[in-house]
Amino acid sequence: MEKKLSLEESRQRLTQIEDDLIRPLKSHKGLEIWVLFLLLMLTLGFYAYYLQLRDGLGVTALRDYVQWGMYISNFVFFVATSLIGMLITSVLGLLRIPWITPLTRIAETIALAFAMFAGIVIIIDMGRPDRFPYLFLHGRLQSPILWDVTVVTTYVIISLLLLFIPMIPDAAILRRRMQNSPKWQQAVYKFLSANWVAAPEQYALIKKSIRVLAILIIPTALAIHTVTSWLFASTLRVGWDSTIFGPYFVSGAFVSGVAAVIIAMYFFRTNYKLHNYITEAHFNRMGQLLVLMCFIYLYFNLNEYFVPAYKMRKAEGHHLEALFTGNWAVMFWATQLGGLVIPMLLLIFKPFRKPLPALIISIFVLVGAWFKRLLIVVPTQQHPYLPIQNVPQNFITYKPTGVEIMLTLLPMVGVLIVITIIAKLFPIVPIWETAHEQGIDESVIK
Amino acid sequence: MRYAMAIDTRKCVGCGDCVVACQVENNVPIGYCRDWVVESMAGTYPKLEIEIRSERCNHCDNAPCVRCCPTGASHIVEGGIVLVTHQKCIGCGACIQSCPYDARYSHPDGYVDKCTFCNHRIAEGKDPACVSVCPTKCMYFGDLDDPNSPVSKALQDRRYKTLAPEAGTHPQIYYLL
Repeated sequence: MEKKLSLEESRQRLTQIEDDLIRPLKSHKGLEIWVLFLLLMLTLGFYAYYLQLRDGLGVTALRDYVQWGMYISNFVFFVATSLIGMLITSVLGLLRIPWITPLTRIAETIALAFAMFAGIVIIIDMGRPDRFPYLFLHGRLQSPILWDVTVVTTYVIISLLLLFIPMIPDAAILRRRMQNSPKWQQAVYKFLSANWVAAPEQYALIKKSIRVLAILIIPTALAIHTVTSWLFASTLRVGWDSTIFGPYFVSGAFVSGVAAVIIAMYFFRTNYKLHNYITEAHFNRMGQLLVLMCFIYLYFNLNEYFVPAYKMRKAEGHHLEALFTGNWAVMFWATQLGGLVIPMLLLIFKPFRKPLPALIISIFVLVGAWFKRLLIVVPTQQHPYLPIQNVPQNFITYKPTGVEIMLTLLPMVGVLIVITIIAKLFPIVPIWETAHEQGIDESVIK
Repeated sequence: MRYAMAIDTRKCVGCGDCVVACQVENNVPIGYCRDWVVESMAGTYPKLEIEIRSERCNHCDNAPCVRCCPTGASHIVEGGIVLVTHQKCIGCGACIQSCPYDARYSHPDGYVDKCTFCNHRIAEGKDPACVSVCPTKCMYFGDLDDPNSPVSKALQDRRYKTLAPEAGTHPQIYYLL
């Protein structure tokens, strides 16, 4: 913390921070085109879903062998990316790492959006989505699917609280500053500010709540991705039947999450002109964090692929051959090298942790992370536990259909819509925490 | 009571009548099947050996599909028959993934379907459709707890195997060798 500021200086600086962070909420340059694009994609997605509802899952390429295709890969990717909220807000927050302050809300927004839509992805994959309530009405505790539904719901709720509780003081500031906004928007601010008057007791309470939630979310977040991995690991299939699937998935989750946050940071920094708040130092730190996460994930990848590859047991051997040299080889090596090893090696060097290179590398990592999930989910199913001869060709091959691709994109569009709405209604960098960090006394921030 | 089936791999000619009978009896949609015939070849020419097996759900004692079902649609009824209540199935596919025998499929109407041992026919005292049509009479069905049932008798004086015993599922389809 810097030296103590005088009251006058504090007020001036606070006004400056408020101006900088609220300005993007008032200008809507380029927003129309973006919203139009999102709505167009949304319409196409809904049409695809209509087709799937009408004709059943037969409109997809999901057949006898490959039952879980792009939808489930997408689900794993969504759950994975949503874990970043826990890493930034909780792990780094509880360790009192100072530089995360401007990134917490970005991370929480990403976490909430991805977690929310993870649940929707699973409904898209269901053969009978109309029976979704049966999960609660007839739920059976021994089913990993039920564990997953439970923890994803819990995670969404805690993420929601962890996004909106730290936003209470900001909502009060917005109430004061956004007097010209529409009535409903003011009502939202009024509701979310929860009678905030910046009393010392309120500050004590809010800090305690954030702390409690930050602790609660750690086991929940670990649980959602561990349980997701158990959906696979609890079967007998080669490539899934692995004891390290939990940590393997969790470590992979942090890779895609950090990459997603870097991409969002770059976008908000340039479009919202937040160069003074999200600085090069932040990209530097996040780049370092990504290197660390890639290292951990690489370690688990080695365990997951090298150990069975050393033995090449019968069925496992077929599976690994398909990945290493067979029809999945191009995708496998592209994701392992282009989406993990090379980004990691590049990010070790400081020039690559500057904003633009970090953005480009993160895009590679994020896209690689999506395809990595596909590589975990699909190839395994093409090598059943008891292989038989003369299987129909369409059992073995898996070529996603147009409907399937559209319905994979639909939740992504949903995520972008949620992020857009949150970033247009609320400052994407927390005002009061930034002000507090700059040495402005709490009593001034009203 | 424990229903089971024994299939004589030496008598089976792989005609596929069991598959057709099942599809007709249970109204299985075209392109899907609840039972299927596997031919597995071993040896090198000219010393070749072929084993023909009519396969279906193994109605396991320790059924992974029942364990992982989130709604209880997959369940075990008296006699150890593993069934799916179509009206309760949400079509998540977890059971399909957990079955080491690949015995289940996703019905075009969204739910999961599989062999029922023709329990509607058993209730009438008949054999399952596949057993009753087999032209070589290579299939034996009945109650394992009854020493005089066809399946118990078939298992008494023949060597037999089950599929993937290492999976720990205790399958109830026996293949006579």
